Amino acid sequence: MAKITFVDVTLRDGNHTYRHQFTPEIVSATAAALDRAGVDIIEVGHGDGLGGSSLHVGRAAAGDEELLRAACRVVHKAKVAILLVPGFGLFRDLDMAADAGVKVARVATHCTEADITEQHLRRAKDLGMFTVGYLISAGMASPEQLAEEARKLESYGADYVNLAESQGHLVPAEVAARMRAVRNAVKIPIGFHPHNNLGLAIGNILAAVEEGATFIDGSLKGFGGGAGNAQTEVAITALKRAGHEVGADIFGIMDAADVFSKQVEPQPMPVIDNDSILMGYANVYGGYIHPVKHAAERYGCDPRQLVLRLGERKVVAAQEDVVIEEAQRLAHAMRKAA
Amino acid sequence: MSEIQLSHARPRIPVAILGSGNIGTDLMVKILRNPAFDLRLLSGIDPASEGLARARELGCRTSTDGVEAILEEKGVQIVFEATSARAHMANAPRYKEAGIFAVDLTPAKVGPSVVPCVNGDSGFDAHNVNLISCAAQATIPIVHGVSRVANVKYAEIVATVSSRSIGPGTRQNIEEFTLTTQKALAELGGAGRGKALVVVNPADPPLMMRNTVYTMVDGDVDEQAVTASVLAMVKAVQKYVPGYRLTVEPFRRGDHFMIGVEVEGAGDFLPAYAGNLDIINAAAVAVAERYAATLN
Repeated sequence: MAKITFVDVTLRDGNHTYRHQFTPEIVSATAAALDRAGVDIIEVGHGDGLGGSSLHVGRAAAGDEELLRAACRVVHKAKVAILLVPGFGLFRDLDMAADAGVKVARVATHCTEADITEQHLRRAKDLGMFTVGYLISAGMASPEQLAEEARKLESYGADYVNLAESQGHLVPAEVAARMRAVRNAVKIPIGFHPHNNLGLAIGNILAAVEEGATFIDGSLKGFGGGAGNAQTEVAITALKRAGHEVGADIFGIMDAADVFSKQVEPQPMPVIDNDSILMGYANVYGGYIHPVKHAAERYGCDPRQLVLRLGERKVVAAQEDVVIEEAQRLAHAMRKAA
Repeated sequence: MSEIQLSHARPRIPVAILGSGNIGTDLMVKILRNPAFDLRLLSGIDPASEGLARARELGCRTSTDGVEAILEEKGVQIVFEATSARAHMANAPRYKEAGIFAVDLTPAKVGPSVVPCVNGDSGFDAHNVNLISCAAQATIPIVHGVSRVANVKYAEIVATVSSRSIGPGTRQNIEEFTLTTQKALAELGGAGRGKALVVVNPADPPLMMRNTVYTMVDGDVDEQAVTASVLAMVKAVQKYVPGYRLTVEPFRRGDHFMIGVEVEGAGDFLPAYAGNLDIINAAAVAVAERYAATLN
């Protein structure tokens, strides 16, 4: 049975659900509760990581440094982590994080672009941090491609490789195939970060662990982009039930979930609504939901058909023009058929 | 910006390019058809480079001796450097000593930053000018367009470039790319503070280079003046980058304006989606033309 290092991302990915409005108070209360529960790593910050606060993806209620110091002040055993997407976060952000007491740097990029992380992985290593190469939208690349990208991350000095399945599209057998390919390609440990669009986040974690993943991401009450992440308190309990070794205890993590939900009341936990189901099914980035609704209404096509088309076109973020193009094409085809 | 007409009768200025990657090779195609310049050499370090092979096909002399070949070549007056920030830091003092004017396309920022339609007529006192980044060349004209008619407290740009259009040099310099763009938004764009976000997009077929510009303004702002000023800047860029287009006209969202531009490349070396290479190279040629005019 595996020994799992649990990474709670509530205070980073969950910030998407909360429109990046986490305050230092929310962070310190939640981080203290996670630390008491025995969670190993606590990721903190804007949903898009260091330097993410912007007009483009959302202004944060508090600066990166304020949030990180609020977490670092209260933890005793757990390590505080940051996410950094090169092109968003800079060296000076990493330097600030190290100075604030952050011990883990997760450097993230789209799953086919690992070579963009080299500079920041090396910088984080030089700062003495535990470093993670983090591949986003891992469901959009084949197991072979992921293996190749993971090899690059290892060569840059990453201490482990994390596959983030951002669209919540993969089923357990597909997760297993990707984990296996990456495990066979690198000597460093591997980790997994699921999303819950098809209700498979927990099942996919168990499949990943069966294939050798030892670092697992989750968030309290499932807070996270779109349909949310694997719910930490459920994931930890299920991992224990399956016989794996997890540092955090069940009562402690349940208490942490209560502390967090009181902090963010009346914000409800994410639900798997119809949009989320279809985005997960079609492997389409969740950020497209508003452009899809808008284009479907404007050009008179079925928004659900449109999502399926976008999945076939393998759209990634920032292709709003393709949404319009496909909406026009579908509307045209519907008129012709009528 | 003022058009510079170089008569064919004028002597061509001897120039060289260092770096045979995507940028250097596209630049070669642009310079070969420019009557102001005599391209003496494209120098790289990798004998297997696709760029050097293309140069030989086009009848351009090549070398794999890197900077040494350029310094040995007699009479070169302008060098275009398309390598890495680190390489340019090392080479810049040697060009200066040899009396060669350097047009730096790396993020090294040894010399003053130049965007042709913003400050292209200054900076020739130096031996070295820096083109900042493709993202800066695409967005600073827009920020300048707003800041010359309104008080811009903060400018933020998001540059989306296709994965296939950015080579290993840019990937290994993503920090410098982001940071120098950010600094230039304030320094040249006229914003109080700048922020640059760079997104590498792997979509297939590749996306055209897209840029979103946000400018946070304060005080009374004449929205029509902002629109007119931005449209004028777009026209100014189009004089040297024909594929530069406004996709979202300035529109106000609360405390800021949002503006979109895309850049379709001329398709000289890489396909049209690589507007990011096209705009920095077209800007480099425009700057070199202005410098050449001071020599004649």
